[in-house]
Amino acid sequence: MAAAQNPRQYIISFIFIGVASVILLRLFFLQNFESKYKVLANDIAIYKKVVYPPRGAILDRKGKVMLSNTTIYDLMVTPHNVPKTFDTTQFCEVLDIDRATYLKIMERVLTRNIDVRQSSFMEQLSQEQTAKFQENAYMFAGYELVERNIRAYENASAGIVLGYIGEVSPEMLKRQRYASYRQGDYTGFSGLELEYEEVLRGQRGVHYLERDKFNRPRDPYKGGILDSQEVSGRQLDLYLDADLQAYAEKLMQNKIGSVVAIDPQTGGILTMVSSPTYDPNLLRGRDRAKNYAMLYRTATRPLFNRAIQATYQPGSTIKPMTGLIGLATGAINPHFGLACYGSYNYCGRPIKCEHKDAGHAANFRLALAHSCNSYFCHIFRLTIDYSKFESVKAGVQVWHDYLSAIGFGRQTGVDIPFEGSGRVPDSAYYDNRYHFNWNSCTVVFVGMGQGELSVTPLQMANGMCMIANKGWYYTPHFVKAIGKNADDSLLKKYQEKHTVLNIPDTTFSVVQQAMQDVVESGTAIGAKVDGITICAKTGTAENKAIVNGAVIKMENHSMFVAFAPRDNPKIAIAVAIENAGFGATWAAPIASLLIERYLKDSVTVKRKPIEDKMMNARLINKYVYTIDSVSRLHDAEVYRARMERKRIADSTRDANADVVLQRWLNKKLRKK
Amino acid sequence: MSSLRKSLFYRIDGVVLLLYTLLVIVGILAVFSVEHRASDALIMMNKSYMKQLVWFGYSLLFGMVILLTDSKFFSSFAFLTYTAGIAVLIITIFAGVDVKGSRSWLGIGSFRFQPGEVAKIFTSLAIAKFLSLPETNFKTLKHRFIAVGIALTPALLIILQNETGLALVYLCFFLVMYREGLPNTVLVIGFSVIALVLATLLIDRKVLFVVLTVGMGIVAVLMRNTLRRRWEPRVFLLSIWFVCILFSQVAVPFVFKHVLKKHHIERIYSMIGKEVPDEYDKTMVAGEEKKGNSSEYNVLQSKIAIGSGGFWGKGFLNGTSTKNQFVPEQNTDFIFCAIGEQFGFFGSAILLILYVSLMLRIIYIGERQRSAFTRVYSYCVACILFFHFAVNISMTVGLAPVIGITLPFLSYGGSSLMSFSILIFILIRLDADRQVLIR
Repeated sequence: MAAAQNPRQYIISFIFIGVASVILLRLFFLQNFESKYKVLANDIAIYKKVVYPPRGAILDRKGKVMLSNTTIYDLMVTPHNVPKTFDTTQFCEVLDIDRATYLKIMERVLTRNIDVRQSSFMEQLSQEQTAKFQENAYMFAGYELVERNIRAYENASAGIVLGYIGEVSPEMLKRQRYASYRQGDYTGFSGLELEYEEVLRGQRGVHYLERDKFNRPRDPYKGGILDSQEVSGRQLDLYLDADLQAYAEKLMQNKIGSVVAIDPQTGGILTMVSSPTYDPNLLRGRDRAKNYAMLYRTATRPLFNRAIQATYQPGSTIKPMTGLIGLATGAINPHFGLACYGSYNYCGRPIKCEHKDAGHAANFRLALAHSCNSYFCHIFRLTIDYSKFESVKAGVQVWHDYLSAIGFGRQTGVDIPFEGSGRVPDSAYYDNRYHFNWNSCTVVFVGMGQGELSVTPLQMANGMCMIANKGWYYTPHFVKAIGKNADDSLLKKYQEKHTVLNIPDTTFSVVQQAMQDVVESGTAIGAKVDGITICAKTGTAENKAIVNGAVIKMENHSMFVAFAPRDNPKIAIAVAIENAGFGATWAAPIASLLIERYLKDSVTVKRKPIEDKMMNARLINKYVYTIDSVSRLHDAEVYRARMERKRIADSTRDANADVVLQRWLNKKLRKK
Repeated sequence: MSSLRKSLFYRIDGVVLLLYTLLVIVGILAVFSVEHRASDALIMMNKSYMKQLVWFGYSLLFGMVILLTDSKFFSSFAFLTYTAGIAVLIITIFAGVDVKGSRSWLGIGSFRFQPGEVAKIFTSLAIAKFLSLPETNFKTLKHRFIAVGIALTPALLIILQNETGLALVYLCFFLVMYREGLPNTVLVIGFSVIALVLATLLIDRKVLFVVLTVGMGIVAVLMRNTLRRRWEPRVFLLSIWFVCILFSQVAVPFVFKHVLKKHHIERIYSMIGKEVPDEYDKTMVAGEEKKGNSSEYNVLQSKIAIGSGGFWGKGFLNGTSTKNQFVPEQNTDFIFCAIGEQFGFFGSAILLILYVSLMLRIIYIGERQRSAFTRVYSYCVACILFFHFAVNISMTVGLAPVIGITLPFLSYGGSSLMSFSILIFILIRLDADRQVLIR
């Protein structure tokens, strides 16, 4: 066959192979050397979906849920799937919006996103809206409810302890703690939610999904092998007693003040109330910002945690400590007595005492039971002037060290944030204040809990634990177990027993006996509970407010500290009610009711009238509102003045610039 | 003569049939991999891969009919079918269904097909018939013009249908005619012009100048003996160089700058998937916003898909770009992306080898024929396949303009698969009678 020898078949074959080789070469470079295409392919097609696990629940000491999660719904729309015959009127009726709003939202949805992709139509529907929509859902093609978890506070109590969560702010994102957060993430803002944020939030899961050109997520990328699974937040078990907490909040309603109750044997906080309380459910969901502003503006400042942040002069409740230190240093013995006839006159001006009858301060027990001011001022002076110490400075320093050891004047280290520290003055403080010109008489008020001394209610309760335990305490804390594990490393510091006072038990017994007398025959006889040996001390703290520069003397704070039972103590409590009057009148009954409720599970019929009286008492004075508005007005005035000054400075500068410009122009014009 | 006695079954060329089947199956799997979602059932009649499978069934059925037809039928009716085909093409111009601006589709009820695709078969048969006629002398200019006319008439009609890409396929018949006796210069000039045009568009002007000059220098060194002896080759070489330079350095910039409008330039560059170079960019002057052209987007997405495949590919069903519809015309013109992305360079190379093997095998078949008719027809098939294959893959990797022609056997589409199948089965049928002289 002649054709078989035709050379052109080889030329054509060569062309085929040649062109194929060129393409192969191009493919080789495209697929092996241009890595940018790999990056581009991943950028356009892989979608990183962050999955948030449910936040950990918080349970009280009996396993009752205090804080958990609940489901609410966001309404999503895929405009492409909404039929042309869609009944807008009915839809608006169901959602309770008007047509203009509907059109506005739809316009926003359509401008932000293409119509085949699902967008949010309305976030966090109310229960009513959800129910109505679900009933009629079949009519609204293209619309869909999407679940979302939010926090649920079971019985609207303990808001100040549990705290709340919110979206992390741009400023927070700059901090180290929030390095792994992204805009839009939720985080704890206060209370346990903030302190145990890392435990409660769990671990986010990251799922890689493929997406198509409309940005719709599709199949898992590579079958999901790169995905990391989300880990649920761990549960917190608290020492807090939800029933006692609710009861305490009820007793404290319409009063400004706080209650702290601690189990002395573990340091676990049983109750912490800062009154007035607020419903923590207000601080979640779509109205959080609005409600927060409302609470923030309230004159009684419910967001202020008085139990750990407010500092009060402890008043007479310091007297057991004064006595304890006096006895411990050896400055007095339990039989030391003082003849008091209604005032203490050793320091120039007389210091008033509530009792005039002779012998009410014949010994330590009687003096404490009757809360004799003269007696405790005197033993305070005796202590700091004690010959064992070289000078009054050293004496004050020793006194300061004792109180510091008890936990006053410094943060206790409780496991909720923003704790106040109070103040226990030391010699340096007095040197600074009195310019080195002071003696025991200058500072004598400190012995009866007035003057420069200030403590938080938590510190007061912790001090009671110390006396109840005869010299040791655990750092007060809320959390018993994290994720049912009581030995979690985060809880180590709360399981350390602090034995800080090197004082013999007999000395404690003397103080405890005296405190028992306070209830049985002394000032707090109204706090007596049948069958329970309560040791306690009342306090009536004088206080002043500074309004527009004027010092105004206000109604006394009503204070009470106690622990019970005396042997094997189970509860130590501190109650402070602002501007209410005598400690024995208000704080003492409330504390004793709480002790009774906690130790006996119920309040006897006999004490029901007291309970009613306490619950119904309205002890918020009108001037609280006045002072609040005055101080707010003052703040506003200061702010306005500052802005005005700034404005004037700016306009002056502008005017100067104008003048310069005018001069320059004039000069130019003159030249012409 | 012994093979004549064997039955038809034994005379069929197994290699071609095997390669054909392999390629079609690869195509169905490629379409499947693009469309399948992890959540879907395997058999879904509304999916393209199932439709393609059905078309494959029809193709085989049609193939059986062709195999049972007498081989002389194809040569006898070649002109008749060609005439009928031309008639249908003319009808299509007027009665065609408008699909994306081109009127190249003919609809009969719900069934639609593209006569332009099918016309390749008739044209091939007609050319084969004409060149194998005893009275045809392909050395005469008259007969050469007739042959060119036969090849280009359908192309002209298809251009009138506004389907330029498909019409360009008919240029491949020049390669067939080259085999049958067109002078070498036709081939050389043809390829040179194509190369020069592509190079002008793809390569920077100054670089091209250097390349051309260096190329001429190398040629001059190689031909130094000839050049030393006579002056004509010197003038010839210099004039080639001069024409090339004139074209790439002066003519094209002049036309781009002063003759063509903005949208023309954008269209030309977007077809090869490149951005318009600054010197031709008229938007800069007008201060208008620059916006991406659709073809440019296609080629970029296609390059992303193929380039991200790497050497071994992402694995079957793991093509993130192709599966998620980033590459437009995913199932048809850009099906090669699915292979490139999922099987990488390795898979692409194997596919290329399959194609080249098929084409070489067809040339081999052509050369073993007794009858010129079958030989020319074989070359027609090989060249059509070659043109489709080369242009389609080149456009997916940005080597050639996007002119919308399919990848044989792989692209989704009934018209395309059917017409290529018919081409192959007619070839197999004719080859089975290779010992018979078909006129």
